[in-house]
Amino acid sequence: MSKLFTISPSPHVHSDESVNKIMYSVILALAPAFVWSVVMFGLYSVRVTLLAVAACMAFEFLIQKYILRTKPQIADGSAALTGVLLAFNVPSSIPSWMLIAGALVAIGIAKMPYGGLGNNPFNPALVGRVFMLISFPVQMTSWPAVNASGVDAVTTATPLAILKEGVKNGQPVVEIFKNLPTNADLFLGNMSGSLGEISVLALLIGGIFMLVRKIITWHIPVSVLLSAAVFSGIFWLINPAQYADPIFHLMTGGLILGAFFMATDMVTSPMNPRAQLIFGAGIGILTILIRVWGAYPEGVSFAILIMNAVVPLLNRFVKPKRFGEVKIQSNKG
Amino acid sequence: MNQLNNFSKGLLRENPILVLLLGTCPTLAVTSSAINGLGMGLATTFVLLMSNVFISMIKGFVPDKVRIPSFIVVIASFVTIVDLLMQAYTPALSKQLGIFIPLIVVNCIVLGRAEAFAAKNDVFSSMIDGLGMGLGFTMALVILGGIREMLGAGSIFGLKFIAEGADGVLVFILAPGAFITLGFLIAILKKINKSS
Repeated sequence: MSKLFTISPSPHVHSDESVNKIMYSVILALAPAFVWSVVMFGLYSVRVTLLAVAACMAFEFLIQKYILRTKPQIADGSAALTGVLLAFNVPSSIPSWMLIAGALVAIGIAKMPYGGLGNNPFNPALVGRVFMLISFPVQMTSWPAVNASGVDAVTTATPLAILKEGVKNGQPVVEIFKNLPTNADLFLGNMSGSLGEISVLALLIGGIFMLVRKIITWHIPVSVLLSAAVFSGIFWLINPAQYADPIFHLMTGGLILGAFFMATDMVTSPMNPRAQLIFGAGIGILTILIRVWGAYPEGVSFAILIMNAVVPLLNRFVKPKRFGEVKIQSNKG
Repeated sequence: MNQLNNFSKGLLRENPILVLLLGTCPTLAVTSSAINGLGMGLATTFVLLMSNVFISMIKGFVPDKVRIPSFIVVIASFVTIVDLLMQAYTPALSKQLGIFIPLIVVNCIVLGRAEAFAAKNDVFSSMIDGLGMGLGFTMALVILGGIREMLGAGSIFGLKFIAEGADGVLVFILAPGAFITLGFLIAILKKINKSS
């Protein structure tokens, strides 16, 4: 039999990429940030991450088996990745039932009703996160102070929250910055915040790993970070006394996590590079807009969700030029 | 049998909110609690019932060209009656529902039933139709309001079943919660209607 000449339709050359491989590579790329969160928040961070992953996978399994009645596909890693990203976006002190509710919204509202993996217009982890932020505003913005081992109840504000509060009270930015971590601390992640967003260094290691493995291209992260830096830089140049500098904006909050790991989600980002650049620029500008004028101190998740909604339009209007296509000259009139 | 059909179609098969998707604006706006949903539903039921009856009565001599303004006048009269009655006897509820009581005038269901049913059928059938549609509307509003109140505030008809001072899942008493809950209710009813 093996000697038979087989004739099959194209394609004949297959890439060895698969959904599983990509999903688990992204999870691997998040490992440095996870290790850093354990260093900073201790076992609380392990609890939150494991619980979120388990809850997401359990809900996906239950919905696929008992509601959609299809073969469960939880081993593909997409639910696990949603769980990890959800956990990385919450404080380590979040009560378990709230995290489970967030996982239910992420899988049961943002992903499965649209048809499961590949069909969801919005990033499930971010929908879960924004749901939790709106529903449980107190618990979602109480950040345990780092390195306060042995003491459970000490909470502190994130740098962005301190900045927002200070600006609201009319303090000049220079004064506020005396209470904020130094740029070196921001870069290493020596501050409080959500589990996975604090260390720029750990996230960059994961981001570069994904770029090298070609899981993501440079377009989205670079356009997000560049547009955020340029846009906040304009404000800073106009009035350094009132607006924070671009370096601070880049290194605080979830901007790096969002730019490398959540905006680049293959399902919810545009398909071709030019559209990706527009998509990323929209996220960067919206983030800074929300940070400077919005009601919330941080706006990355809202910015990504808003731009997710624009993706179908971008895919439709920014198309790559077809091979051999010639621009039609209109000589009418 | 036919009258029974006129009555029951408003409850499930042609439920104005969950199947026809009419009147979603007041639906989404007032259903932050079960009691609001009930009040809004009953007020609309009254207007629907009375306007259906009167429009069915006057359909013979209203010229076709001015029928919509005439219908609106009839509807507006009954809305004014409901509005004033509620201000007098249930001031707290009236305050809660606010602008949405006067806005029943432009509720798609009321004008929709006037156009689609009362203007073509006899008085008794129109009355039954108005009652069925109104109760279907009320039912959907109470279910929607009940779910949102239970999840969002941890209470039902104002009776709190979670610890005093504790908050529910706040998103459900905000606008996004209304859209999400309505979406899931529509999905469930579609499933029920499909299987029966």
